[in-house]
Amino acid sequence: MMEKFSTLSSVAAPFPQKNVDTDLIIRIERCTGTPKEEIGRYAFEMARFLKDGSPDPEFVLNRPKYQSAQILVCGEFFGTGSSREMAVWALAGLGIRCLIAPSYGQIFYGNCFQNGLLPIVLPASTVDGLMREASAGNAFEIDLQRQTINGKISFDITPRRKKMLLEGLDELGLTLALEPRIAAFEAADRQRRPWIYPP
Amino acid sequence: MAGRTMFDKIWDLHVVDELGDGMQLLFVDRHVIHELSGYRGQVEIARRGLRMRSPELALGSFDHVVSTAPGARGGNNANADRIIAGFRAESRKAGMRLYDIGEDGQGIVHVIGPETGFTIPGTLLVCGDSHTCTHGALGALAWGIGTTELVHVLATQTVVQQKPKTMRIDLRGAPAKGVTGKDLILALIGKLGTAGGMGYAVEYAGEAIRGLDMEGRMTVCNLSIELGAKVGMVAPDEKTCAFLKGRRHAPQGARWDQALAHWKTLPSDAGARFDAEHAIDCASLAPQITWGTSPEDVIGVDGVVPDRKPDALAYMGLTAGRPIAGTKVDRVFIGSCTNSRLPDLRAAAAIARGRKVAKHVEAWVVPGSWRIKQDAEAEGLHEVFKSAGFQWREAGCSMCVAANGDYVAPLARCVSTSNRNFVGRQGPQARTHLASPAMAAAAAIAGEITDVRGL
Repeated sequence: MMEKFSTLSSVAAPFPQKNVDTDLIIRIERCTGTPKEEIGRYAFEMARFLKDGSPDPEFVLNRPKYQSAQILVCGEFFGTGSSREMAVWALAGLGIRCLIAPSYGQIFYGNCFQNGLLPIVLPASTVDGLMREASAGNAFEIDLQRQTINGKISFDITPRRKKMLLEGLDELGLTLALEPRIAAFEAADRQRRPWIYPP
Repeated sequence: MAGRTMFDKIWDLHVVDELGDGMQLLFVDRHVIHELSGYRGQVEIARRGLRMRSPELALGSFDHVVSTAPGARGGNNANADRIIAGFRAESRKAGMRLYDIGEDGQGIVHVIGPETGFTIPGTLLVCGDSHTCTHGALGALAWGIGTTELVHVLATQTVVQQKPKTMRIDLRGAPAKGVTGKDLILALIGKLGTAGGMGYAVEYAGEAIRGLDMEGRMTVCNLSIELGAKVGMVAPDEKTCAFLKGRRHAPQGARWDQALAHWKTLPSDAGARFDAEHAIDCASLAPQITWGTSPEDVIGVDGVVPDRKPDALAYMGLTAGRPIAGTKVDRVFIGSCTNSRLPDLRAAAAIARGRKVAKHVEAWVVPGSWRIKQDAEAEGLHEVFKSAGFQWREAGCSMCVAANGDYVAPLARCVSTSNRNFVGRQGPQARTHLASPAMAAAAAIAGEITDVRGL
């Protein structure tokens, strides 16, 4: 079971940089041995810390008013690049539960749903407005059931993904129940495309 | 009935179930697994008390964390060794095929899939790595997946996906001498941007794609993810079939004939409708090189550094308005799933032959697989590189992803045949310029970024 997502009330940190890649979110060395629960401490490592290892006071999530932010308002194409799911684990480890951006890297976008993190897509002009509100330090209210931000801005999400987040459902559990269908598909496919299967 | 795209033909063959809202359950024909994401998946599936469903449809090898130091047979540190040992043990327990370090077949997973004939046209292939799109060069439908999806594939041999839109990109004209597949795809990313293919499965078509060898097509498809597309494909043709015939895991005998008949039906029909179409003129392109911190920050090597993205210019230590050629370099890396195949090494060796690497440059050649290393040595390429002053190393991902400890030092400048020039990708504060193998070799010799056509 994943943590369920229903409503979220939090300040939102403005993160307007475009094309934030997953290498920037989590360095590869942190993906090789760090336990999932500890990976958040290395999120945005190159930007979050000064050379001496102390927090960079300029980095948005280090500023006092955003330290408890559970929402990031992002520039376009957030999470581009590597498929490393540790990028999502790192964000979750920082306490982030919702992203708002005009677009996302496609593999990253899918990885968010696998970890109970809601990536909202909105037109760039709407995100710009929310970026200003985030910069002003305003709190946001995310309501997944109603698909609204602050009760006024609506966002789209497919019903299946919405249900999975709301109920904390695990995709693997659902698919395992479909094994008879998968087996039937495979049996028919072995007739149709025998060269696919090793002799 | 309107013609169908190659993408639709292959996709539709793999639909196990409709899950609603356009989400579909798809059967995975080929699961390629490497030690870094693969071992995480194996640990997780065991933790959940599940078993690998279809080990016969998987192929594993070691690439991300292996040491590429000459003669190395493991990791560069205890953590890497732990991952290597764990992946080896779990793979054997599951009964899946694994090409171990020092074995014919070992190498970068996106190199050995095609090399062993495991990757074939018409298959749905996934791997826990974003550059899985490489396999599309053989007419496979291939994309990268995250760890949770990888666990899903291990346990069920399926993936849940929403069908992407389709895009065809026409690569027109014949590229000039010195202009390679790498240059074509970099120029295309420069033109469309790194989000240009977002949400699409891309099919590359046109004279320039047909003219490339299979390895060149792999380079083009490899960088589809840098175009924002999870999937990049090239229709199979005579070159594809000739490339695959007789390879270890390719169908043999009557099965080969059946497969061949099927592959002939795969190319997009005349009149197939794509959701988007783009074209690029390849005949007028110069060899390409990146100047910034995104693959879209690319110019011809005869160009000047543009006056854009001041943060990227500051990171890269470049001045707008100056020619990019003549920029002094410290490191050269020839390798990665983008450009580490035999024709890539031949192209680099042709530049290196009889010349010397500049004194201030440390230059590496890292073959993509054990087999490529042997084949290159049989041709004497290693001697060409070594006598020019290049390091000739073992197969692996190496300095492309820097997961094994192969780094570029802070502020050092590297011309690299890899795929990502992101901030810190090759090491903290490292400055990466992406280019073709010939351009990288030329930079090593000249000690600065230089137009390979002038050597």
